[in-house]
Amino acid sequence: MSEQYQKMWTELGLDLKAHDALLGVLSEAYQKIFMAQDNRPQAMSYFDFVMSEVHGLRIKELLDEKAAGRKIIGSYCVFVPEEIALAANATLIGLCTGADFATEEVEKYLPRNTCALIKSAFGFKLGRVCPYLETTDMVVGENTCDGKKKAYESFKEIINNLYVMDLPQVKSANGKALLKAEYVRFKEAVEQLTGVKVTVESLKAAIKLVNAKRAAMLRLYQLRAADPAPISGLDALLANQVFFYDNPERFTASVNKICDELEQRIKENTGAFPAKLPRILVSGCPQAMPNWKLPAIIETSGAVIVGEESCVGERGVRNLVDGSGDSVDEMLDAIVERYFQVDCAIFTPNCDRLQHIEQMAKAYHADGVIHYGLQFCTPYLMESMPVQKALEQKNIPCLRIETDYSMEDMGQLKTRVEAFIEQLK
Amino acid sequence: MSSFAGVDIGSRSIELVLVDAAGQILQQMQADTGFDPMAEAKRMLAEVEYQQIMATGYGRNLFEISFDATTVTEIKAHACGARACFPTAETVLDIGGQDSKAIALFPNGKVKKFEMNDRCAAGTGKFLEIMAKALGFSLSEFSEQALAATSDINISSMCTVFAESEVTSLIGRGQSRQAIARGLHQSVVRRVKTMLNRVSTEGDIVFTGGVANNACMVQFLAETLQRQILVPPQPQFIGAYGAALLAAGL
Repeated sequence: MSEQYQKMWTELGLDLKAHDALLGVLSEAYQKIFMAQDNRPQAMSYFDFVMSEVHGLRIKELLDEKAAGRKIIGSYCVFVPEEIALAANATLIGLCTGADFATEEVEKYLPRNTCALIKSAFGFKLGRVCPYLETTDMVVGENTCDGKKKAYESFKEIINNLYVMDLPQVKSANGKALLKAEYVRFKEAVEQLTGVKVTVESLKAAIKLVNAKRAAMLRLYQLRAADPAPISGLDALLANQVFFYDNPERFTASVNKICDELEQRIKENTGAFPAKLPRILVSGCPQAMPNWKLPAIIETSGAVIVGEESCVGERGVRNLVDGSGDSVDEMLDAIVERYFQVDCAIFTPNCDRLQHIEQMAKAYHADGVIHYGLQFCTPYLMESMPVQKALEQKNIPCLRIETDYSMEDMGQLKTRVEAFIEQLK
Repeated sequence: MSSFAGVDIGSRSIELVLVDAAGQILQQMQADTGFDPMAEAKRMLAEVEYQQIMATGYGRNLFEISFDATTVTEIKAHACGARACFPTAETVLDIGGQDSKAIALFPNGKVKKFEMNDRCAAGTGKFLEIMAKALGFSLSEFSEQALAATSDINISSMCTVFAESEVTSLIGRGQSRQAIARGLHQSVVRRVKTMLNRVSTEGDIVFTGGVANNACMVQFLAETLQRQILVPPQPQFIGAYGAALLAAGL
């Protein structure tokens, strides 16, 4: 696809040579990891197409939207409410954080012992290889973990459109009030950016659109409870990663189409894998595109992933917004209500998350849980020990993994994962 | 007579064990892994006959492709081999060349939980090997001298490279080699203790892997953990032995 988009990428200021190299690696990994799978649902072909055009057609669409007067907002977190962006005539997209890039440049701004996800956000900017980032009119940085909130202070030096959103750390009345105040401030900032006021109608429509997108993902998750698993964990994760980039209506329709096919599969008792395979729930840090390392290891070691307890997973899409309010303020309250339930590890205490892990393990008939922690991600690594302990008390085996985006620990990871799967048999 | 082979392709050495249908050891061999483990494995296998073969160790997947064999992780292989030697053991500690593993078993021998060292060589055979060399000891001298030491020196670095420079500076300050050797063994024991305590806190421990030949490690572990340490004969073969038993369906 390179040729036809060269001009667009050049105008966006990308480093074409580095960008070509990135696309080369991405396409090779995609072939090796996704296309090599057996028994994929036919409807996954939509996602194959999306991936083949991930830096092409989709960017062109966003640029067309911009030309028509819309604004593009980038985000790094599921706490940034898409409903508000959409209601004020902006498109929200998730930004690239799933691969190491320009590490030497990054380490001029960040300590070496920073989590791979944060480094990646810097790497894509410093390496000039993320067309999404270059398309944005506003980038929202959110105060989640210490790593991210301090990193945004330095990020300001390298991007000129950063907007910082504060977030609560405790699920108290004060915490909720803070979230509400921040969402109101965000609404005003987006209105100022786009020159379009959020109205009752536009917010209602936006809530409906995002609810439909989340409902489609939730439908997909529930179908994974079946044995044989109708879809691989890799393909389900991919859909969830594309969730952050794609046009919402088209995405929803495509996921529902997959679900229709999966329902048919379940009726026919067929699946992406044979029945009775060990079933794994992955829980922990988000696996942003194109971070497919752990799921690829798990699913080539004789097990199937039946759920992701993650922000790129059920944690990110659980709960819909009540859009029945009659005023903007009422609906904003409903939005706050929904987002305030996200059980991110930045909250203390964060008891809901453990409950959700147990519920998901039960609902999807998981034989074991693999806790995925990014190295130097204090909140999730800290939670991994009590999570493991609590699960073991309920006789749910749990393996704690701590890794990053590099490939140097592949051998050790494979041994751990294989041994864990042997344990479940 | 039917025979079943287990091959353990480790980072430092390859072990091959042959058992009969009852699990009795017929033959065992060991060679350095070298730079071409598949060629080395091929050479070893050319000398024996077997009906089934099971591969384990870090090279198992490469072996699986080259020899059309089935594979098992080191964790299950060591658990199986250790239980064959000590049928009631519920904790296994394996320290090999580049890995160390603490494994807890259910009373029926199935793996209950395990912990592995992270990606560096801290707390492994390689660490001890490099430190012995830094002190100018052979591996057996290293262990003997550490046991003979009368004073303690605390070695704080667990990173192999940092520990080596720590050793160099201790030598430079005129500290006794014996005491340094003792401190190095203690540092590995501390590392292993954390890992073991995460999987089990009581009962006997079966110690396998090449490092179990180190008498000083065995003694210090027993003293520190206050648990009995059981070492099978030729503990470096336990991974391959376990794989052979699994190949035989035992």
